Amino acid sequence: MGEPMSVLDELYREIILKHYQAPKNFGVLPQATRRAGGMNPSCGDQVEVMVLLEGDTIADIRFQGQGCAISTASASMMTEAVKGKRVAEALDLAKKFQAMVVEGASPDPALGDLLALQGVAKLPARVKCATLAWHTLEEALK
Amino acid sequence: MDLSALREDFPLIAKNPHLVYLDSAATSQKPKRVIEALKRFYEELNANVHRGAYRLSVAATEAYEEARRRVARFLKAEEREVIFVRNTTEAMNLVAYAWGLRNLKEGDEILVTEMEHHAGLVPWHLVAGLTGARVKAIPLTEEGRLDLSALDGLLSERTRVVSLVHMSNVLGTINPVAEIAQRAKAAGALVVVDGAQSAPHLPVDVKALGADFFALSGHKMLGPTGAGVLWGRYEVLEGMMPFLGGGEMIREVFVDRSTYAPPPGRFEAGTPPIAEAIALGEAAQYLMEVGMERVYAHDRALLDYALNRLEEVPHLRVYGPQGPDRGGVIPFTLGRLHAHDLATFLDEEGIAVRAGHHCAQPLHRRLGLAATARASFYLYNTKEEVDRFVEALLRIAHKYRAWL
Repeated sequence: MGEPMSVLDELYREIILKHYQAPKNFGVLPQATRRAGGMNPSCGDQVEVMVLLEGDTIADIRFQGQGCAISTASASMMTEAVKGKRVAEALDLAKKFQAMVVEGASPDPALGDLLALQGVAKLPARVKCATLAWHTLEEALK
Repeated sequence: MDLSALREDFPLIAKNPHLVYLDSAATSQKPKRVIEALKRFYEELNANVHRGAYRLSVAATEAYEEARRRVARFLKAEEREVIFVRNTTEAMNLVAYAWGLRNLKEGDEILVTEMEHHAGLVPWHLVAGLTGARVKAIPLTEEGRLDLSALDGLLSERTRVVSLVHMSNVLGTINPVAEIAQRAKAAGALVVVDGAQSAPHLPVDVKALGADFFALSGHKMLGPTGAGVLWGRYEVLEGMMPFLGGGEMIREVFVDRSTYAPPPGRFEAGTPPIAEAIALGEAAQYLMEVGMERVYAHDRALLDYALNRLEEVPHLRVYGPQGPDRGGVIPFTLGRLHAHDLATFLDEEGIAVRAGHHCAQPLHRRLGLAATARASFYLYNTKEEVDRFVEALLRIAHKYRAWL
């Protein structure tokens, strides 16, 4: 018990804190062509993902909602990661992210900053927090 | 009130000296006696009940009915008023469907409170949707008590049911049920009490409460999961149609119709959770031997000690009323840390608390919070555990100060 708290130290780092306290692409996207709402009924976390598709490309994306550091940081980093990507690439990234946090698969370098959430795989109670925004994105892109 | 010698009775606690279990409001740990009652049933008594053609079945039935007598003594009720169900949720649904569906009509009102657990709301929503009745709520004061000044304005001849939680599972508030029941009765309403938190932690006398129904979950009061109780006033039960139909609950069955057994059998369709009910009876017996006054005093002593010590933690905010009308439940937040992150940090320190809305979304909406962390105490918790809890929070508040 007590120090060192390696899994948590790894996870709750500066980068997660930054995204939690000042999430990127947070707010409403009035011109969105796709939107979906996600919710974790067991804990009350909510997220709405709004996507502006131009052809097959995610020209813009924003999210809003409320959640813990893990769910907010995951959503924030997700929007940065998929903005400008084609739908198929975004969905592929979603698969890679989920493989990392759900199955604990060795992370794909393509995940970039999202690798910061790798430690979630070791916290089964928190996996749903990390995947909420991604499931919502998949829903929006359906 | 020192009950720490009892810790040895709880195998999970005895085997995990580093675990500080502060989530008894969700489910309690079980004493050895209860676990053994389950085992003993299957090893020595296993047979179906109320089909007594042979001695083993008679013995199983006797053990099951003895559990009913024990629960009746625990609630100061009559044995024939004790119905075994799965849990509080099922008990609330039983009342909503078996009583509400047949007695409510368009324009009728069901009065609940803003501090209900979802089990005290959703069954009424479902039945209101089918009958056209409306659900209204007694609001809360800033301190987290029911605002009884609003009661006269809310109670009318349209009010058919007042359904309320005895003790809040989030704020710990102990509601003045007897007073509310009296006013509800004067208005002609049925009174339904969600006793999921009060039955494990307070001395309960259902008749003195003036209620018509009282629901509890065995697993929150040292019993196993799968067995709970609905107590109902016999005159009310007697006038009700069954909730579920099937075996055991009948008097006579023809291919096109049936008549029903008297209560409580009328409301126990199918093979009941026999072993679980017997083990719940053992849990009730254990609590009666300890004494519910002592359990409440112990919880209260821990609550007062914890509330006092928690003032040391910077940025910590606790919710709920101050006063004797409060059980051993502490909802809290720490700065801008989300309750889930906080619970994860506490888990790392070996401290089990719950985080979220605790199945009370309207209450959290009222508090303006998406989620809280919640620590709850029971007879096996100690002052030393409160110290460990507070010290862990102090470390977390320091380590994650940038997050607060």
